Amino acid sequence: MTSNSRTILICSGKGGVGKTTLTANLGIALAQHGSSTVVLDADFGLRNLDLLLGLENRIVYTAQEVLAETCRMDQALVKHKQVPNLALLPAGNPRMLEWLKPEDMQSIASMLEKRFDYVLIDCPAGIEDGFKNAVAAAREAIVITTPEVSAVRDADRVIGLLNTHGVSPVQLVLNRVRPKMMANQEMLAVDDVTDILALPLLGLVLEDEQVIVSTNRGEPLTLNGTKSPAAKAYGNIAKRLQGEDVPLLDPSKERSGLRATVRRLMQTKIF
Amino acid sequence: MTLRELVDKLLGRQPASAATARDRLQLVLAHDRSDLSPELLDQMRREIFEVVAKYVDIDLEEGDVSLETEDRVTALVANLPFRRTISSSNPKPD
Repeated sequence: MTSNSRTILICSGKGGVGKTTLTANLGIALAQHGSSTVVLDADFGLRNLDLLLGLENRIVYTAQEVLAETCRMDQALVKHKQVPNLALLPAGNPRMLEWLKPEDMQSIASMLEKRFDYVLIDCPAGIEDGFKNAVAAAREAIVITTPEVSAVRDADRVIGLLNTHGVSPVQLVLNRVRPKMMANQEMLAVDDVTDILALPLLGLVLEDEQVIVSTNRGEPLTLNGTKSPAAKAYGNIAKRLQGEDVPLLDPSKERSGLRATVRRLMQTKIF
Repeated sequence: MTLRELVDKLLGRQPASAATARDRLQLVLAHDRSDLSPELLDQMRREIFEVVAKYVDIDLEEGDVSLETEDRVTALVANLPFRRTISSSNPKPD
């Protein structure tokens, strides 16, 4: 039994900004750093967490059978072979959406909180019923967004709803950061996004092609200890969640040399 | 103004898009957060003008009532300049 288990909702509002990738990588990293962790796919309509973790062929039961009491929780949990500290509770049939209630998600979460240090909930996109069910089970949240107007706008809606539901703390992960575009002021700056959304920054993830390679393989980047920028960022986010003081990355320092120096000079306020 | 903005201006180039994105976002979020439709905001603006115009002579052309947001707090900000010429010292009757 874990007394101070943390249930964290990973949400974004907009789809395709990296919720599921963050959930998978964070799950692996937290488990590797010694915390027993479960990732719960709350996206019953369009589930993908199993695929990103490479566990899609090992699913027997899902959250649906657990709720219907046709199987025990430990029968439904899929343990990761290389990271035994990590388990997945798969999402049930999309038809679950028709009858699933916020109380159902709460009862699943409280069952998991008894067994794990961290319960990560991969939230569906949008702010409809799927979101409402997932948020009911959450105590704290990570909002992930990209430096794009549509993603930031949708994140803002979600933050408003998290506040109404009393979810706290809510922290921000900024994904797909391109230092070069930021230096050229053709991408919203990190400070712009944190100022607008008024959230503390939990992590910055640079745009990284390796993310696609890893999803192709079903092996999250944090699994193999690669040195890719995104892998490092996910690992640091996990450490910060676990209370370790890891400095945030500064995108403007990511590029060095004369061109970067000139770019920084061009951003100096002159009047 | 940054050096980059100055150079852009001198060369007649479009300003970098991040600033535009920031301004557009701030405006759209002020509306999202207040849950006011543009029609309702417009109606409120007109009624505020009417009420204020009862007491002082304001410049309707220059006047502006808009939503502004800072730190997730949205405020209604009214900027209603008085006309230089004061036509009447008494409030207008209804």
